[in-house]
Amino acid sequence: MNAPDLVAASPSAQHAAKGAIRIQNVDKRYYAREGQVQAVSDCTLDIRAGEICMIVGPSGCGKTTLLNAIAGFHDITGGAIYLDGQMLCGPGKPKAEPGPDRVVVFQNGALFPWKTNLENVAFGPVVQGRLRKKQAAEKARGMMADAGLAGVEHNYPGEISSGMRRRVEIVRALMNDPKVLLLDEPFRALDSLTKSVMHEALLEIYYKNKVTTFFITHDLEEAIFLGHRVVIMTTRPCRPKLILEVDIPHPRNYSVLTSPRFRELMEETVNAVHEEAVKAFEAGEKEM
Amino acid sequence: MASTRMTSGGEIGAWEMFLYRFSKWLRSPRPYLMVLGFVLFFGAWFLLSEVFKVWRFASLPGPRQVLHEWFSRNPVYGMSLYTPDYYMHIGMSVRRVLYAFVISTCLGVPFGLFLGWSKNFRDFTFPVFETLRPIPVLAWVPLAIVMFRADETPVIFLTTLASFYATALNTMLGVQSIDESYPRAAACLGASRWQIFRHVIVPGALPFIFTGLQISVGVAWFSLVAAEMVSGEYGLGYLINSSYVNVQYQVIIIGMISVGIVGYASSALVRLAGDYLMQWRVRELALGAGR
Repeated sequence: MNAPDLVAASPSAQHAAKGAIRIQNVDKRYYAREGQVQAVSDCTLDIRAGEICMIVGPSGCGKTTLLNAIAGFHDITGGAIYLDGQMLCGPGKPKAEPGPDRVVVFQNGALFPWKTNLENVAFGPVVQGRLRKKQAAEKARGMMADAGLAGVEHNYPGEISSGMRRRVEIVRALMNDPKVLLLDEPFRALDSLTKSVMHEALLEIYYKNKVTTFFITHDLEEAIFLGHRVVIMTTRPCRPKLILEVDIPHPRNYSVLTSPRFRELMEETVNAVHEEAVKAFEAGEKEM
Repeated sequence: MASTRMTSGGEIGAWEMFLYRFSKWLRSPRPYLMVLGFVLFFGAWFLLSEVFKVWRFASLPGPRQVLHEWFSRNPVYGMSLYTPDYYMHIGMSVRRVLYAFVISTCLGVPFGLFLGWSKNFRDFTFPVFETLRPIPVLAWVPLAIVMFRADETPVIFLTTLASFYATALNTMLGVQSIDESYPRAAACLGASRWQIFRHVIVPGALPFIFTGLQISVGVAWFSLVAAEMVSGEYGLGYLINSSYVNVQYQVIIIGMISVGIVGYASSALVRLAGDYLMQWRVRELALGAGR
């Protein structure tokens, strides 16, 4: 990939300002068996258009709750979330509408097993009525080829490797020209070798599309390697504890991991993450 | 790249898939165990009823007598593979089961889909459904005869009933078994509620629906026989019952075995239809890929 002109630590300077998310004093309470749970409390965070924003926190800290609120799967109980200045949810409208401007890539993958990979990728534009089936298939084929997925179009997701499935799912999301890509620990179930391949593949896809990426993980190394910024969350209630600007220039590749700057950034943040992990562990939070 | 790419040397046709699985089956111990199972079953029956004439089995016709009657060109009781009457009984029963199965599928699948899909619909219909479900088919016989005066309709009604429950219940469970990520993903991609229903709920429930249909076709056979024993003319259930009245025990067993064979064949057909409609599952299982 040769795209040095697209490189910047702060992408919003050069790129079309679409896909900025403003999370303002968001609050989320719900009732569970153990009583009232304050999953998110007074959480304020600005995600810049076109950046990769990594959300790090221990399992069950409430970060997925935040993602679900942006995606429109759950309501919020306070505050507001804006996308490019337009309110997604907030006072008077507790739940956002899910839509193709904010596409989610799920933790365990949600490619439809009964559709071929190509049908999966073409699904969005077809159901939205933006493209006819044939045109959508054509576009899907092109995008899959660009992402190194030529040859598996007519296989079902169950027939390809889990790393490939993730890639198909990301391409399926990008078919809709979303403003924001919401990734919920997408590589969690992958082994570390496949994961490293997927990281580079994701960056490669990102450099082509520059779509705002909201990426949830509990893996600090992954977060620093991929992100323009890393937001470390407190554990329940979830809110930003520390925001780290990763000043390692893009495009990055795996050699970054051994660079002194990477080590320094790890050192700066590892304690903050560890603290929250211990808190979460002691609170005995279950996986959400 | 680290991930291995599946070789995709073109499409895997249904016929190749079938041959592949059949040759694999022949090389496995399964067919031989199956034969062994039948041999043991008939052997035990033969020994108990014909050789040792064990108490209580002595009055049963043995397999030799039954087979002799079944394959006889000139059967004592007028019922064998060579008499047209035998096929007429089978034909009538098959036709009734077919009607009942089609009706129960056409009603049960949509009903089950809505039960699973809409909470409101479930709240007001499921309790009634669950109250009706345990009532045995035989308890419906008098009402069926009162409601439907023709000869065929009460039998078909009774046969449909139990199948409908099996289909509807499994379809509902199928909808409920769908991982919530799938409808969410579809909503994210811009699908409307109806599109989610069509592209996610229906195919997602399909494996359970076909489990339901296999149960349903089996249930149809046993409610059919019960219904035919009580009302109706012709059919394997009628044959069994009238042979009992006429003390033709060989014919009873011929009827029973025939129900077994035709029932087995009909659920195999349903399974084949399921495999055809769910290529994605067949391929996943056959190749053992992914995971």
